[in-house]
Amino acid sequence: MRKLTFSKGGVHPNDSKYSRECGIEVLPLPQVVYVSMAQHLGAPAKPIVNVGDFVKAGQVIAEPGGFISAFVHSPVSGTVKSIGPRKDLAGNNMTHVEIAVEGDIWADGIDLSDTLVTEIPQDRETILKKIQECGVVGLGGATFPAHVKLNPAPGKVAECLIINGAECEPYLTSDYRIMIERSKEIAVGAAIMQKVLNGCPCVIGIEENKPEAVNAMSAAISDLKLQNIEVKVLKKRYPQGGEKQLIDAVMHRQVRSGGLPIDVGAVVQNAATALAVYEAVQKNKPLVTNTLTVTGDCLPENRQHNYLFRIGIPLSYIIEYAGGVPEGAAKIISGGPMMGKAVANIDAATVKGSSSILYLSKQSTLRKEESNCIRCGRCADACPMGLEPFLLNRLIKAGDMEGLEDRSVQDCIECGCCLYSCPANIPLLDRIRPAKAAVLGIIKSRNIKK
Amino acid sequence: MSTTIIWTIVILAGLGLILSLVLYLVAAKFKVEEDPRIDEVEKVMPGANCGGCGFAGCRAFADAAVKAPNLDNNYCPVGGNEVMKKVAAILGYEIVEKTPQVAVVRCNGTCENRPRTNVYDGVKSCKVKAALYSGDTGCPFGCLGCGDCVEACQFGAITMDPATGLPVVDETKCTACGACAKACPKHIIELRNKGPRGMRVFVSCVNKDKGAIARKACTAACIGCGKCAKVCAQEAITVEDNVAYIDFTKCKLCKKCVAECPTGAIHTVNFPVLPPKPAAEPVKKEEVANA
Repeated sequence: MRKLTFSKGGVHPNDSKYSRECGIEVLPLPQVVYVSMAQHLGAPAKPIVNVGDFVKAGQVIAEPGGFISAFVHSPVSGTVKSIGPRKDLAGNNMTHVEIAVEGDIWADGIDLSDTLVTEIPQDRETILKKIQECGVVGLGGATFPAHVKLNPAPGKVAECLIINGAECEPYLTSDYRIMIERSKEIAVGAAIMQKVLNGCPCVIGIEENKPEAVNAMSAAISDLKLQNIEVKVLKKRYPQGGEKQLIDAVMHRQVRSGGLPIDVGAVVQNAATALAVYEAVQKNKPLVTNTLTVTGDCLPENRQHNYLFRIGIPLSYIIEYAGGVPEGAAKIISGGPMMGKAVANIDAATVKGSSSILYLSKQSTLRKEESNCIRCGRCADACPMGLEPFLLNRLIKAGDMEGLEDRSVQDCIECGCCLYSCPANIPLLDRIRPAKAAVLGIIKSRNIKK
Repeated sequence: MSTTIIWTIVILAGLGLILSLVLYLVAAKFKVEEDPRIDEVEKVMPGANCGGCGFAGCRAFADAAVKAPNLDNNYCPVGGNEVMKKVAAILGYEIVEKTPQVAVVRCNGTCENRPRTNVYDGVKSCKVKAALYSGDTGCPFGCLGCGDCVEACQFGAITMDPATGLPVVDETKCTACGACAKACPKHIIELRNKGPRGMRVFVSCVNKDKGAIARKACTAACIGCGKCAKVCAQEAITVEDNVAYIDFTKCKLCKKCVAECPTGAIHTVNFPVLPPKPAAEPVKKEEVANA
């Protein structure tokens, strides 16, 4: 079988999946959790509880703050201690709801049993409403509210649902573990989303370095006799899990600049999102848990873990539970090594999209001295969006915003391939990121004027 | 042989004549009438092309000034009132005088006041740093210390102080063009009136966190207690989002607020150093006991 992959750019970092054999463990509850109001892309949610209220696990504590926004639920049962600004991962202020844990009482109507429910509700609207009310967001990284993506604008038809099991980021294994341990739930979740999208075909894309996941998912689909779902093996290549790259790999279609996946008839959802959809629709359980990998190149093999955690648990609690910061760790990163962010505030709370705590040694995080661009063009070869990072870098230095827009800096997916491939150690992505934000701002204000 | 040379010369000369005629006619037809005053105004401009006036350069400013009916909206902060007097004289407009301003750095998060909580090893640029995270201290509002303002200044008026890690403005060189204020991603630098004899009072902090959090991150932070606003007789001080702001148009430089500030976030500049007041005689213990 020919393995699929995207057509342009990409790099091949060592996958370093040290924690792949570690089964998912349930993380015990801490004394206190901090639930952020900005756990999703779009407007922050608005808290609807008051200080002193008793909340049950799974109870709504915040309402969406706009069209692109999501419900937030309490991950634990306990008393609301405070509602106010707290520093997030990057050290910026965000409204958090602080809940002191008391017992573990779940809200009514939530099915906590392990029994697999395969019967899918018939009504499309009911399913969408449940997904929205359970606060399901895309867990692949962007945390885009799932109900918005699953409800294409009128006139747009979904021709293929792609379940993203690529997990192309090195080190991360949380998606891999859930695809092995909870493959049937994910398959049903995919079937539910298929139903919502009027029965379009579904492809589960998994990279070739995860054969166990491919087998588990294929077995689950044939066991459940699901129609129109197939597993496709993808070549190992970063950033395969990028939305546009995955569409290119699976459907051989390319999303135009500024376009959305639905323009080419594709809807992409992460494997973890499929699991969250299953839990929301079949079990009535809101998105209050997720899987997270604790790993790193300076972490001994017996200390690698995959945890099922309640959202809102502070990172410091998980770090302590997993045995503290290992010797030789120079940086703690939340997310993968390519796109993740260095943790500036270790007391920050986990959010819906948290996927890992990664300890990297000094050797692998070392920034080498920048030298001159020799125009070798490796960054342009590596860019999966077909941009020319060396040129963008020059335009940024010249402050040429129009030139940057002409060269489509706004299409950058911030995957870091340019920085990874540069032999002169030029921090290309670091410079492009603020320029992209500036250009997007210019485009937005221009559209408002119109 | 000679005929070839002669013909060549004749043809080339003929071509030259015809083409120059064409060029002359085109130039005469499409002549752009430009006001000669634009050139005159441009001559008296400082010629820094800094963009502080809001136009692309000095020529663009001159063009706009000539076309405008008065000088209300066109002011060159670099040249100041002197240049504007000359411009007004050329154009025959009324002189619009403005109080001279200076760039003020509103952060006192020195290495001592604001301990570093993490190490930043990325690109040395405030813009890049601000796009990544809140900075290497506990204060997400304060100076990032990478010197984007130093780079933006065309007059060499800003330097980084290695001891404090904060930018320092050289008042004699600062022209208040505002390039540094635009370059600062944290909006710390503000243009304020220079004040009489350069005397100014300002709040050297923009931290919007609640008092306890701000204080924990930086000992010199404004905690938004509002004591300064209470003592101010001019109602020049407003406290919004847990940070005080002194309106320089209302401030009468009485310095009452400076003494009130519990964290020393209110700074004074260029005030003459007064001789210390004679300390009150300590009350003798015996007298207290007698009374």
